[in-house]
Amino acid sequence: MILPFLIIIPLLAAFLITLISGGRDSWAIVFSILAVISLLALSVFSFLSTGSQTFIYEMSGWKIPLTICLVQDALSTFMLVIVNLIALTSLMFSVSYIRQYSAPWKYYALFMLLVAGMNGVIATGDIFNLFVFMEIALFSAYALVAFGGKAEEYEASFKYAVMGSVSSTLILLGIGILYSATSTLTMAKIAEILPTLDVKLTYWVGAIFLAGFGLKAAIIPFHAWLPDAHSSAPAPISAMLSGVFIKSLGVYVLIRLFFNVFGGVAVFNEVFLVIGAISMIIGVFLALGQWDIKRLLAYHSISQIGYIIIGIGLATNLGILGGVFHLFNHAIFKALLFYNAGVLEMTTGTRDLRQMGGLAKKLPTTSFTSMIASLSIAGLPPFNGFFSKLIIFIAAIQAGRPVYAFLAGLGSLLTLASFMKMQRYAFYGKENKDADKTLAKVSTAMKWAMISLAVLCLLTSLMVIPGIRELTLDPVVAVIMNKTGYIAEVLGR
Amino acid sequence: MVIYILCFALLLVGIYGILTKRDLIKIILSLGIMGYAVNLMFILFAYKRGAGYAILVKDKAVTAMVDPLPQALILTSIVIELGITAMLVALAIRLFEKYKTFDITKIRRLSG
Repeated sequence: MILPFLIIIPLLAAFLITLISGGRDSWAIVFSILAVISLLALSVFSFLSTGSQTFIYEMSGWKIPLTICLVQDALSTFMLVIVNLIALTSLMFSVSYIRQYSAPWKYYALFMLLVAGMNGVIATGDIFNLFVFMEIALFSAYALVAFGGKAEEYEASFKYAVMGSVSSTLILLGIGILYSATSTLTMAKIAEILPTLDVKLTYWVGAIFLAGFGLKAAIIPFHAWLPDAHSSAPAPISAMLSGVFIKSLGVYVLIRLFFNVFGGVAVFNEVFLVIGAISMIIGVFLALGQWDIKRLLAYHSISQIGYIIIGIGLATNLGILGGVFHLFNHAIFKALLFYNAGVLEMTTGTRDLRQMGGLAKKLPTTSFTSMIASLSIAGLPPFNGFFSKLIIFIAAIQAGRPVYAFLAGLGSLLTLASFMKMQRYAFYGKENKDADKTLAKVSTAMKWAMISLAVLCLLTSLMVIPGIRELTLDPVVAVIMNKTGYIAEVLGR
Repeated sequence: MVIYILCFALLLVGIYGILTKRDLIKIILSLGIMGYAVNLMFILFAYKRGAGYAILVKDKAVTAMVDPLPQALILTSIVIELGITAMLVALAIRLFEKYKTFDITKIRRLSG
C-alpha cells in the first residue's frame, strides 16, 4: 500500500505550494523538501521490503481487468529509489541556485509535478494511465526548461514541446492499436493476450513505441531535442532531466514494454543493440567538439544511454545486470556533473569552457567532486562507472558480440578524453583574470548535494559485491528476464 | 477500411505539416491535426455499425453497444492536447517577443 503515496504526496505538495505559499518561497521550500524526503524514505523502504515479490494495488476497489492498477516489484521500486534520490539532491541544490530567477515558488510546484509524473509512470500497471502520467511529467519539463525566460530557453522548450508531443501522439496511436486488438489496457493482460494474436501486430506496435519512447529516451536518431533542452534548463533541472527523466520515461518504459509486455522479441533486441551502439559512438563524438559545458554533458547523456540500451539489448542476465546498474550509476554521476556545471555557471557567469580556467583553487569542493564524477563517467576504477561498463563489456563478449564490446571500450576512451578536456579547461590551466570579480558564493546545501552524490559514486560500486548484488540488482534482473513472471504475478495466477 | 485509410491520411497531413512548415503557428496547428487523427482513430476502433449508445436506461432493450471506453480515453487525451496547445501558443508568443518573428529558420540561436 505504499505506491499510491508516492504519487499522492508530490501531487499534494504541488497543489499546496500553489494554494498556500502564494508568493512566499519559504513555505514552498518547506513543503517540497518535506515531500521529497518522505518520498525517498518510502521508496527506499519499499525497495528493501519488496525483494523479489510483487504487490498489486487496485484503485478504488475494482478488480484487475477493469481497474487502474499500480505494480510494486523490484524493477519499479528500484527506479523509484533513483528518481527520488536525485530529486532530493536536486532540491537541496535548487534552494540557493533558483533565487536568481523570479518567482521561485512556481519552480517548486512544477518540480513536484515533475516528480509526481515520473513516479506515476514507474508505478502504474495500466498503459493509458502511463500515458497520462507521462504527459504530466512532460508538461512540467517543458515549463521548467523555459523557466529562465531567456530567448534560447524558449527556443529549446518549443523545440522540445513539439518533438515531445509528436512522440506522445505516436504513443497514443500505439495504445489505441493495442486496445483495439486486445480490448484491455492493463499491461499484464495485454501481455497475456498478445502471444495468441498475429506476431505482426507486436512488430507494428513495437515500432511505434520504439519511436515514441525512443524520443523520450533520446536515442539517436531521436536525440535532436536533448542537447538544447538539457543545456537550457536551470542546472538542477538539467540534473533531473538527464539523470532520471530520460530514464524513467524512456528506458524504463522501453524495458517494461519490450521485455515484460512483448516478451523480449529477438528483432527488437537487435534493434536495441544497433541504435544503442550508434548513440554511444555518435553521442561521444558530438560531445568532443563542444565548448559549452552543459551541452557537452548533454551529449554525454546520449552516449551513456547508448551503453544502457546495449546492455538491455544483449538480453542476457549479465547484459541486463550491466544495463540496469549503469542506469543507476549514470543517474548519480550525471546529476553530480550538472550540479558542478551549475556552480561553474553561477560563479563565472559563463558556460564556455574557454573563458574558465584555474578554478580548482577557488572552488575546491566543486573541483574535487567533478573530478570524481568525471572519472566515474569515463569508467575508471574504483568508481561505479567502471564496474557497470566492465559488466556490459564482459556481457557483450560472453554473448558472442565482440564488436559491441570493442565499441563500448572505444566510447569509454573518447569519454575520458572529453572529460579530461573539461577538467583541463575549467579547473586547471591558466587562470582567467576577467572572471575574477563575479565569483558568487556556493552555499552549504549545494556543497552537501555535491558531496553526497560524490560519496555515492564510490559507495554504489559496492553493489557488484555478490552479497549486496543479490539484495539489490539481482531481483531487478529477475523481473526483466522472467518472461511470464510479470503476467503471472500481476494477474495473480 | 476506407475510413481507416482516410484517418491515417489525416495523421500524415499533420506529420507533413510539422516537418515542412516554417511558421510556428502552422506547426502548432499541424500538431492539432495529428492529435485529431489519433482521437478519430480511437473512436473508429470503438464504433460498431448499428450499435446504440452505451448507457443503460430503464425500459431500453439491451442491444449491441459501441465501446464506451475509448470515448472516455479520448476525453482525457483532448484535455491533454488542450494543455499542450496552450503551452505551445504561450511559448510562441514569448518567442515572438524575443525574436520578432514566427519563422523557425530565423529562430536559431541554438546550434551544434
